[in-house]
Amino acid sequence: MTSPQPHVTPGTDPQARPPAVAVPRPAPDRPTCFQDVILRLQTYWAATGCAILQPYDMEVGAGTFHPATTLRSLGTRPWAAAYVQPSRRPTDGRYGENPNRLQHYYQYQVIIKPSPPNLQDLYLGSLRAIGLDPMVHDVRFVEDDWESPTLGAWGLGWEVWCDGMEVSQFTYFQQVGGHDCRPVSGELTYGLERLAMYVLGVEHVMDMPFNAPGSPIALTYGDIFLQTEREYSRWNFETADTAMLLQHFKDAEAECARILDAPDRDGAGRRIPMAHPAYDQAIKASHLFNLLDARGVISVTERQAYIGRVRALAKRCADLFVTTEAATGANAAAGTAPGAGA
Amino acid sequence: MDLLIELLSEEIPARMQARAREDLKRLITGGLVEAGLTYASAGAFSTPRRLALAIEGLTAESKPVREERKGPRTDAPEKAIEGFLRSTGLTLDQLERRADKKAEVFFAVIEKPGRRAPEIVAEVLEAAIRDFPWPKSMRWGSGNLRWVRPLHSIAAILSDEGGTQVVPLTVEGITAGDTTRGHRFMAPDAFRVTGFDDYAAKLRRARVMLDHDEREAAIRQDAANLAFARGWEIVPDDALLAEIAGLVEWPVPLMGVIEDRFLSLPPEVLQTSMKEHQKFLSARNPATGRIEGFVTVANIEAPDDGATILKGNQRVLAARLSDAAFFWDNDLRVAKAGMAEWAEGLKSVTFHARLGTQWDRVERIAALAREIAPHVGADAGMAEKAARVAKLDLRSAMVGEFPELQGTMGRYYAQAAGLPERVADAARDHWRPRGESDGVPSEPISVAVALADKLGTLAWFWLLSEKPTGSKDPFALRRSAIGTIRLILENRCNLALQPLVKFAMENTPEYSILDQERVENQSRFNELAERQAQLEVLQGAATSDEERAKIADELGHGMQFARGLHRTRLANESARIRLAEAAEAEAPDLLAFLHDRLKVHLREQGIRHDVIDAVLAMPGSDDLTLVVARATALNDMLKTEDGTNLLQGIKRAANILSQAEEKDGVEYSLGADPKFAETDEERRLFAALDAAEPRIAAAMKAEDFPAAMSAIAALRGPIDAFFEAVQVNTDNQVVRRNRLNLLSRIREAGRLIADLTKIEG
Repeated sequence: MTSPQPHVTPGTDPQARPPAVAVPRPAPDRPTCFQDVILRLQTYWAATGCAILQPYDMEVGAGTFHPATTLRSLGTRPWAAAYVQPSRRPTDGRYGENPNRLQHYYQYQVIIKPSPPNLQDLYLGSLRAIGLDPMVHDVRFVEDDWESPTLGAWGLGWEVWCDGMEVSQFTYFQQVGGHDCRPVSGELTYGLERLAMYVLGVEHVMDMPFNAPGSPIALTYGDIFLQTEREYSRWNFETADTAMLLQHFKDAEAECARILDAPDRDGAGRRIPMAHPAYDQAIKASHLFNLLDARGVISVTERQAYIGRVRALAKRCADLFVTTEAATGANAAAGTAPGAGA
Repeated sequence: MDLLIELLSEEIPARMQARAREDLKRLITGGLVEAGLTYASAGAFSTPRRLALAIEGLTAESKPVREERKGPRTDAPEKAIEGFLRSTGLTLDQLERRADKKAEVFFAVIEKPGRRAPEIVAEVLEAAIRDFPWPKSMRWGSGNLRWVRPLHSIAAILSDEGGTQVVPLTVEGITAGDTTRGHRFMAPDAFRVTGFDDYAAKLRRARVMLDHDEREAAIRQDAANLAFARGWEIVPDDALLAEIAGLVEWPVPLMGVIEDRFLSLPPEVLQTSMKEHQKFLSARNPATGRIEGFVTVANIEAPDDGATILKGNQRVLAARLSDAAFFWDNDLRVAKAGMAEWAEGLKSVTFHARLGTQWDRVERIAALAREIAPHVGADAGMAEKAARVAKLDLRSAMVGEFPELQGTMGRYYAQAAGLPERVADAARDHWRPRGESDGVPSEPISVAVALADKLGTLAWFWLLSEKPTGSKDPFALRRSAIGTIRLILENRCNLALQPLVKFAMENTPEYSILDQERVENQSRFNELAERQAQLEVLQGAATSDEERAKIADELGHGMQFARGLHRTRLANESARIRLAEAAEAEAPDLLAFLHDRLKVHLREQGIRHDVIDAVLAMPGSDDLTLVVARATALNDMLKTEDGTNLLQGIKRAANILSQAEEKDGVEYSLGADPKFAETDEERRLFAALDAAEPRIAAAMKAEDFPAAMSAIAALRGPIDAFFEAVQVNTDNQVVRRNRLNLLSRIREAGRLIADLTKIEG
């Protein structure tokens, strides 16, 4: 394995053409279990110089919602991060019975700003890392433009097919929260369960080994998640208190607006705009909307209005974030520059 | 010299490649020619990762150009001279003064020296890259350039006997060179190329087939061979083939077998699922008529001959088809139970805020289908039933997943519900024609439902004034209009559209609401009148003042309430009138829209628009089949020598008449009498008209338009002879009037056929 190169040397001009990143060469063997797939991706992306973040500690529908992607893709400051994000999609719950569908699953997310010129090669290296050799498998980049009406975001890219199966989403962000992305971030999203099932040759997600099959206490995905899938499916579809959820939605919306309306400066006169706390409320509203949707209490016409309300919040958070040092890199205290090469 | 350009990028969407090839060729050759170069031939190529252009026989430099421009007079205001200097880019001392007629005038002589090809190519290529008309483009990294996906390298080389040279060009940090790369996985290294032949040959060695058409042909051939080996055949699908050829640089078709458990799925479902999700070609077994296999096209020659790839694809297909089988089984259960669940479902889907739910729409289509049925030879009850069934599959899970299967599934589900075959067929066929190349149904029930769907949709949106404008046609009303016209013409239906449009427009939710309001109003009014009568009786029988006052008070309230009801009724009436007015205004407008579409349709079939206009001016123009029969006959007649001369004669008669009528202030119509005829030509014209008029009238009545045309064509000789020999305007007023009245018989004979004044020439 070649030694990892940092993406961007701290202090370089962000407008300069970003350098290519050396593609790590992992050993060509296959993973044995779900966590092995995750660990290999972590190791691989760490070797490329990404900061390996931990999941965001809130309920989100996709890894994109993590502020490490949504907010950090804004502004000029270089950024490189990778992380697992537990994702919740209440309407996808199937009481653990469907071999491929879950209301709670994992995404692996990589976000690099500016997108390095060899991002495709880096991505293909990650497939090799989990045992998918593009000389044996048929890997294809098939047009698929990404859009998130909830985040006011869109980008161009592909879904990546491996032997006819979609294994990742590959996007060059063009706009987030209504702001043009300058520079452009490259985003990779892997659906971990589906990808791992393919690599491991498993037909039903619940049968997939989670830790090594030879472990003293070998656990399958079902051992860990079958019970929760059943319970949450029931709660999502049948039990959740819709009146309360609706109130929570309104509360989150109001709190988000209140935070954004607060003056930039605190009592001591320091400029501390609160984009992140406000954005948390936007995420919360988005998830509450998803729960209400699963309960079937949102009509087709109301749907657009709710999505519009969340988008309005996300946009205002973005508007505020781009004025902060985290976005511009201006006045960053020494030693705390985030993301600049990990 | 020869020019080779290659733009290597990340994967270009397959659907954009054909346009991009054309655009690249157009932009570059156009730019080169404009800059004064000429070339012998040009060819554009594309793969998923590259656009390439090869130009042969390019001139090495542009010719010098000398341009002279005349400017203002030398004594012109300073402003005018300044403007001329600006537009020519010269200074005052560079201008020439020349005598021009009376004054002295400035002349600018601009000499443009010839430029060398590399310089011109660099300029033209840079402009093409910067202004390339991608349907969607993007930025990447920190750069400003926009391309369809990140652009990685530019190769641009000019070559002649003397060797090759790289075009001097740098665009946003990408410098043009003479290298490219092969297949992403099989030959990723860079290599140098010297010209197009070298480029294409080296690419082939590097596992890239440059020519899209060649890849398409290779896939077609290999897939057919793979299928043939099993005794199967590939289901033809040119659009899919073109898309696949845009997804691979080195096509490697692999054949797979569909598991037995999925073979009971309808073939359309198998085909659509494989095509939409997997981009597989379908293989049919002619012995069973079923789709039993597929061909997937890989982009790589794998060491295991594609075994791993095929296994993976098979696995994905099984998951997809399991979903499809699940939908199919569920849908069949609903269908066998009579599809009531789906009818309920349509009631919860809004079709249009002012037109109600999808189910409301179905009810109205059913009513209209009933109305249309007798005109197209269909049973009214069956047509209504078919219309009620036709849209139910919109609620099925399968159509939810694959919208393009609407209709196809409708037919399967109607069959499963035990409905008559012709009703099931209507569920499939009432959507047709789906496009220009699609045929129209001919089974009367399908025709009735299809017409009710399309004509109804037009009528309802016209009533709301939501008509197509410019490029905006969100409800695809133009397509409905073309569909209506084709259904009528291709089935030779004789049906008057006016009353059907009226029926449709009177059958909208607005009317139902008003009807209901009127009924409620009336019943409240009746109740109130009853109560008032009661009160009057009580008032007469009242014993105390207090009681009388109480009754009087209630009577007063009653009167007030009655006035309110009256106002509601008036409002109801005026709303009704407004609707009727809208219908009155919009119905002719809709008919005019259909006539316009008809003109376009007939023009494509070689019928002149003025001929159609002449026919449309006749009564019965809302019967499109009649219009076309008349127009065709007239069109044919006007192609003959008799026809054109006759037309001249009739027009001449009409001109003389209208001049005389204007001068005399009277209309000449009746009373032409042979006894005032002075010449044989007049008498012969009388005789010819006497013979022709009843024949024309009878033939028109029988709608035998060719016979009518030949009857009127018989007038050509007598009319020509008449004008040759006879002076209409003579001094003898009796004879003159008689001749004018005779001309009016010619005009009238023409009017039996069409309004010939609308014919040009």
